Amino acid sequence: MDWKRISIFFLTVVIVLGAIAATSPSLVSRIKLGLDLKGGFEILYTAEPLSTGQPLTKETLSQAAESLAKRADSLGVAEPEVYPEGEDRIRVRLAGVKNEDEVRSLMSKPAVLTFRGPDGTVYLNGTDFVENAAKLSYDPNTKQPIVEIKLKDRAKFKDVTTKLTGSTLSIYLDDELQSTASVPYPIDSDAAIINQSSVTEATKVAKLINLGAMPLKLNEKYIQRVDATLGTASLHETAFAGLIASVLIFLFMVIYYRVPGLVAAFTLITYVWVLLAVFDFMNATLTLPGIAALVLGAGMAVDANIITYERIREEIRSGKSIMSSLKAGSKHSFRTIMDANVTNLIAGIVLYYVGNGAIRGFAVITMISIIISILTNVILSRWLLHLIIRGNMLKKPSYFGVKEADIREL
Amino acid sequence: MNSKKQFDFVKNRKRFFTLSLLILATGLVFLLVSGMNFGVDFKAGTNIDLVVGKTLDKAKVDEIMSQLSSSGQVTSRYADPTIGGTNNDRVSIRFDEVLNDDAINKIQSAFAAAYGGEVSKEVNTVDPQLAKELLIKAGYAVGIASVLICLYVSIRFEWRFALAAIIAILHDAFMVIAVFAIFRLEVNLPFLAAVLTTIGYSINDKIVIFDRIRENLRFAKLKTDEDLVALVNDSIWQTMARNINTVLVVLVAAGSLYIFGSESIKLFALAKLIGLTSGAYSSIFIACALWYMFKRNSLSSKKKAAA
Repeated sequence: MDWKRISIFFLTVVIVLGAIAATSPSLVSRIKLGLDLKGGFEILYTAEPLSTGQPLTKETLSQAAESLAKRADSLGVAEPEVYPEGEDRIRVRLAGVKNEDEVRSLMSKPAVLTFRGPDGTVYLNGTDFVENAAKLSYDPNTKQPIVEIKLKDRAKFKDVTTKLTGSTLSIYLDDELQSTASVPYPIDSDAAIINQSSVTEATKVAKLINLGAMPLKLNEKYIQRVDATLGTASLHETAFAGLIASVLIFLFMVIYYRVPGLVAAFTLITYVWVLLAVFDFMNATLTLPGIAALVLGAGMAVDANIITYERIREEIRSGKSIMSSLKAGSKHSFRTIMDANVTNLIAGIVLYYVGNGAIRGFAVITMISIIISILTNVILSRWLLHLIIRGNMLKKPSYFGVKEADIREL
Repeated sequence: MNSKKQFDFVKNRKRFFTLSLLILATGLVFLLVSGMNFGVDFKAGTNIDLVVGKTLDKAKVDEIMSQLSSSGQVTSRYADPTIGGTNNDRVSIRFDEVLNDDAINKIQSAFAAAYGGEVSKEVNTVDPQLAKELLIKAGYAVGIASVLICLYVSIRFEWRFALAAIIAILHDAFMVIAVFAIFRLEVNLPFLAAVLTTIGYSINDKIVIFDRIRENLRFAKLKTDEDLVALVNDSIWQTMARNINTVLVVLVAAGSLYIFGSESIKLFALAKLIGLTSGAYSSIFIACALWYMFKRNSLSSKKKAAA
């Protein structure tokens, strides 16, 4: 027995398992759950310009996405996921929403903000204002509530106020009159104030102007809704399925491969833990297909152990010593595993670039799990196996599930 | 290795090719005649899943729905409601048109009134144009991935392995599609993910056996056709324990998802089960025999096999 190596082995196992036990509860609770596991909804919008002839650029699209995210925020949705997709799409995911109908009507009907003259001509719209710059304040002299606004284009504002001097400028949301402000003189500035009658009114107007900076018109293309209770049930059932699968895989590995099987079981636990930690670090959202990919990934990760162990058993059967069987088996199997994983990784990368939404999430988990499984189930598990074999703990072929009768003379 | 007692995969290849072609052809016929049973993700319309927390009975569900239709609260045509879930407390109804929120709420409250208590719902609405786009994208993905994998395998192995692998992988992907077409199982987005990841597993599987063939080739003296057959068969048998164990492990994973997983993951798990089984089968019975056929020609061009 080589006690140094043996103690390193046991220390490693104990420390890692301890770390897993200590961090897992907080890790699991921190993982963000997708709306299919938590309830909520996903809407996919297609965007078109407010007025014909206006170009639809990547910039206006991400601007619109930003406005949507702000809207969700102002409605009290925690961590709204909003991102532009392709040429003219925006995907919105809102998980764990309580006041669903209210949120959806505001999200799904992006209001168009316009400033019109008394005859109804549109002089300005939401896009002319600096995003989120409108705020409630008070006139230093009269202490009246006012709304301060900031415009992107000073010249344009001057132009409009010159035209409308002595007249009024009305704020419309879609076709609903919200408030009217008089224009006393041309304003040559990019900032202006609108006098208000009350604080409530002023707050409303400021919010409107901020939310109204929606440069595009959005149409709902696709809606998916999941009630919270259903999501929780899905999560529990699928997590339970994953647990059953893991236990069965552990049992199989230990019964079939004996001591190395134990090492495989240990590295598999490490694999799942590292995967979750990476998930948490990336701030990724776990969805139902994601859990499925994780469970299947665990199966694929064990494949690396199976290839290695089978190879080692083959070498033992051919009459080599345990030590040289381990060396030869590790060397041969490593090339096989790498070739298999690289091809799989290629498929994952293509899936990521071509796919979208759900498929993309799946591709990400596939790629991450391949990389992590190489670390845990190839490198870590080989190192551990080397430790116990060099530590002279496993002298008999039976520890590898090889019968003495099967061993050929060299 | 005592090759006498062992099954000869190469010699029996015709049987397996025939079996595969039969299944794929049947699938193709079903596909052309009745098409895939596209679910809500690939067809315009709305799909509502209601969970009422009590055991539902079909007659009552039909009654509620026909009442909603006759009173004009729900105008869209809908398919026969299916009852499922853990204790038959879940009903799924598919509508041919996109329902507005008003109609959805009416349906929910009608069930809540009939069964009393909490009714939770899952609603999916889709514009089919989007899903069709996804299908096209998936097709592109498979195409691009196949080309890149071919390239990699050609560099690391040789073009014959690449060609055999790609044919076998596409065989696996179509196998899943064929089974779903034959049994009219619903095809949704997770199904697509299942088919695409099947490709990942399948390639993994082929590479392991091909790697063994590559290794054995280095020491082999290939004089006759018999030598080549023996080499392929031995390579398959040498990796057999690993092939069976690995497929068992992934089947346990997919099987657990199928048996214990939630309703919405069941079809995905089923697609995976078919894909994984087909992947393991084609690695052993199809891919190697294909490679043998490609390789045989290069052998006979150098030396005529002693027939």
